[in-house]
Amino acid sequence: MSALSVRNLSVEFATARGTARAVQNVSFDLAPGERLGLVGESGSGKTTTALSLLRLIRPPGRIAAGEILLDGADMARATAAELRRMRGARIALVPQGAMNALNPVLTCGAQFDDLFAAHGAAGGAPRVGELLASVGLGAEVAELYPHQLSGGMKQRVCIALAIALRPAVIVADEPTSALDVIVQKQILKTLIAVQREIGAAVVLVGHDMGLMAQFAHRIGVMYAGRLVELAPVRDIFARPRHPYTRMLIDSLPGFGERGVFKGIQGQPPSLLTPLPGCPFAPRCAIAMARCGVEVPETRILEGGGEVRCHAA
Amino acid sequence: MAAYLLRRIGMAALVMFVALSVNFAIPRLMPGDPVEQQLAAVSAAGGQTGNMAEAAAAMRARLGLDRPLAVQYLAFLANSVRFDLGVSVASYPQPVAEIVLAGLPWTIGLLGTATLLSFVVGSLLGAMLAWPRAPKLLKFLALPVVVLSAVPYFILGIVLMALLGILWPVLPVAGGYPFGMVPNADFATALGIAKHAVLPGLSIMLASLGTWAVAMRGMVVGVLGEDYIMLAEAKGLSERRIFLAYGVRNALLPQFTQLALKLGLLVSGAILVEVIFAYPGIGYRLYVAIGQKDVFVVQGIVLLLSLSIALAMLLLDLIYPLIDPRVAARNA
Repeated sequence: MSALSVRNLSVEFATARGTARAVQNVSFDLAPGERLGLVGESGSGKTTTALSLLRLIRPPGRIAAGEILLDGADMARATAAELRRMRGARIALVPQGAMNALNPVLTCGAQFDDLFAAHGAAGGAPRVGELLASVGLGAEVAELYPHQLSGGMKQRVCIALAIALRPAVIVADEPTSALDVIVQKQILKTLIAVQREIGAAVVLVGHDMGLMAQFAHRIGVMYAGRLVELAPVRDIFARPRHPYTRMLIDSLPGFGERGVFKGIQGQPPSLLTPLPGCPFAPRCAIAMARCGVEVPETRILEGGGEVRCHAA
Repeated sequence: MAAYLLRRIGMAALVMFVALSVNFAIPRLMPGDPVEQQLAAVSAAGGQTGNMAEAAAAMRARLGLDRPLAVQYLAFLANSVRFDLGVSVASYPQPVAEIVLAGLPWTIGLLGTATLLSFVVGSLLGAMLAWPRAPKLLKFLALPVVVLSAVPYFILGIVLMALLGILWPVLPVAGGYPFGMVPNADFATALGIAKHAVLPGLSIMLASLGTWAVAMRGMVVGVLGEDYIMLAEAKGLSERRIFLAYGVRNALLPQFTQLALKLGLLVSGAILVEVIFAYPGIGYRLYVAIGQKDVFVVQGIVLLLSLSIALAMLLLDLIYPLIDPRVAARNA
């Protein structure tokens, strides 16, 4: 029984120049307690995928197709009232912009209280103190306003908010992107600790392969709205199957001799006019004639991974 | 907190001092001599014939205008602190303070009510306009309100006067109370005063509603795009709670600044409306005093304007930390 099951999720944005297919046909399962990392460059659809799990895509974006099964209910089709019940309680968000994610005119404690009130849960100062303690903050933080906290502390408050009602799934959308490297690591450690404690599954969105390697059990690589590879973290680093994944890993700077930074040549394709074949074909070093005309299907690999590539 | 308080009060006192000094200088820099003009008017009416130079000197001595400028300045400062604003030149020897204080309740009553009402209604309207789930009807309603805000309030006043006072005479068009009424603390008096306030009040409200609404709409739209709104949604809060406690609450902060500024400018804010409707407030009295070159009355009213702006700013400074915790922290 998986904690969350995403089936053929597609998200579209209606723009003045046509429909942008931000997420196409993404499917994955999350086991309880599993940590999945979603990586990809800007515009690859990783944040859109993560936010659509809570149905937080704002117009002109919309979930065009697919199912998001959580507790047997489909988030993609839930009514507004059902959504409100699920959000915060069964599936929680750790937001991207920690700097601005808390209401500036309410104390941190009040922002816990309204979560408890919205879900009819027992709250109170002792419970808030307990939650703050679990993310390494003192109980006095409840009395403080967000501007009185550092960026790292704010993100810890957000994590405490996310776990407050012991959700089955936590969606963390680049929770460390605004923080420095040392705080990044502390925050991820905290996230792992509390996630283990309540047994929640986590979807962590980011672009830092190095950070992901330390955090995730499995890594999903997104490119131009598609999940091009999904495999256990060990396999993906030891034997990346998709050429894009390989290039991502190769572009990580190492501690060895100072070399030339590799990167990946070219630009991702427009989401407005999808290519007839594999979206990565124009930048791919091993592209074949077939890649330009035929979209690769998902192939299951031994070891539990999956990849969308004709060459893999 | 005490330091903050003292600093703010000190600032207000400094503003008042500068305003007083400017207020002292300007009438003395104006061309024309109020005493001579007054005497000329009196003699033209056949009231005084005789040695005009002697009469002028006597009047200057009475008004203290014959003393050296520095002495006049110090005396002016000392008198201002005691709210002794001298006597009117035009309706000599009525004290200026009396004239000012007689007009004050009318202006505060009319403009205060109109400003507060349009703030509340306009902000509410603007907030609703920014809310995606607001009824469609509201958007149609908003259009005329926004268009009206582009029309100057005194033009609106004249139009309203023509429509509701003359074409279809349901409301009085001039004065602050029924002609010849002896004011009593009873219902009839209150009703009479209220009826006279409707048209001038309405013209101010209609002209400013749109400004409040447009400003508020912009603020709410901005706030609804903030990250904390998304997190509030992700927490499963009700739409109502998000809209009020997260959206409107935060969008109102700059509106409050605007309100305080408007309240500070209250006394001078709608002089033309008071003139058009012959409303017995400060604005009308200022208009009359300027026409009569009644220096001391003008000075007294302008002093009151500066005082009310300084007071409004002080009030804002004192209230703001209570409504925005970030301001309190910055000043602590």
